Amino acid sequence: MNKTLKATPPVQLWEVFIRSRSGLAHKHVGSLHAEDAELALQAARNLFTRRGEGLSIWVVPSHLIIASDPSEKGMLFEPALSKAYRHPTFYNVPEEVGHM
Amino acid sequence: MYTQALNDLPTPHNLEDAEKMANFQTRIDSEDRIEANDWMPEAYRRTLVRQISQHAHSEIIGQLPEGAWITRAPSLRRKAALLAKVQDECGHGLYLYAAAETLNASREALMDQLMEGKAKYSSIFNYPTMTWADIGAIGWLVDGAAIMNQIPLCRCSYGPYARAMIRVCKEESFHQRQGFEIMMTLAKGSARQKAMAQDALNRWWWPSLMMFGPPDTDSQHSDQSTRWKIKRFSNDELRQKFVDATVPQAQFLGLTLPDPDLRQDEVTGNWMYGEIDWEEFKQVISGNGPCNQDRLASRRKAHEEGAWVREAAAAYAARQASRNAA
Repeated sequence: MNKTLKATPPVQLWEVFIRSRSGLAHKHVGSLHAEDAELALQAARNLFTRRGEGLSIWVVPSHLIIASDPSEKGMLFEPALSKAYRHPTFYNVPEEVGHM
Repeated sequence: MYTQALNDLPTPHNLEDAEKMANFQTRIDSEDRIEANDWMPEAYRRTLVRQISQHAHSEIIGQLPEGAWITRAPSLRRKAALLAKVQDECGHGLYLYAAAETLNASREALMDQLMEGKAKYSSIFNYPTMTWADIGAIGWLVDGAAIMNQIPLCRCSYGPYARAMIRVCKEESFHQRQGFEIMMTLAKGSARQKAMAQDALNRWWWPSLMMFGPPDTDSQHSDQSTRWKIKRFSNDELRQKFVDATVPQAQFLGLTLPDPDLRQDEVTGNWMYGEIDWEEFKQVISGNGPCNQDRLASRRKAHEEGAWVREAAAAYAARQASRNAA
């Protein structure tokens, strides 16, 4: 208890994406630590697919992901909300025309 | 996104003004989820790091009492199930460390704190597993109590924690059922087997009730955590749910819960339990339980003995990277 340990050196972080079935896209499932891509794939297989959750795995070093800034959420995404005319329900089609 | 690297944006203190706090609470109140890079009060971050890391440590230390019985499981079926369960606990620890890392706490630093004895973990794992029936009792009671605690956490306001808990809960249900099956087999077995099951129940019942934490009257973190929707039910509410669910299961097994005061309230239908020994809880959580020293010593030993593997993996990765660069 009183023995001071040497700090454990950090190990690279990876993001894991899994395709659960053919026909579906890979989806982010979590992250893990591994020294290289091969070990990251093995760890992802052990950690995230023990019950048949996947058919394919992608691993990506976390630091290579470029993310949008949450403080720019308004500027980036709000304009889409005010453009109702981009949705089919904005337009009226008379009932006698039928399904369109 | 479960990413530490994306989290190094500075959050100067002067930004923590009243307006931001109010907006934050409005988001929480409207059941919006908070994500890793969103603004959050420093105290919210600290509360989550403390809770998630303690939870992660509990999963990791929780492997030890059960792991001790893998080589002594009574059949191949039991051994395969126990091995799978202990492997799941390791995975749960890793999901949770990853959730804590989205809040700028590194896994390596958190694990070092655990090994230095500076971090807390669930008091339950400081009790010894003395017989095979203890493995049944742990699955049935300890995992049962953990599920009660964890299901509401799937709706926790912090997205990465809630998502980790969804995965954990999916896997946890097999743990409880395999434990109950062990208890059922023993309870319907020979007189000695039944006595063994009863003995395990006697020893694990009260520590399982303590897993829900101190009574509401002196739980120090509850109010703020409830406002922030990190916590959805109080300790006593969850404890009552657990008791109400477990009493009929014990009756089915033909075993007796070690509580002479246990009785069903005629009006509410709730099972009222006797006084919990909170002094014992305090002692165990602060390092003086029967196995605290052992658990940390085992964790440190595994970490030290695994050092060469980590070093070899790092050296190999570095050499491959320099070859690729050349």
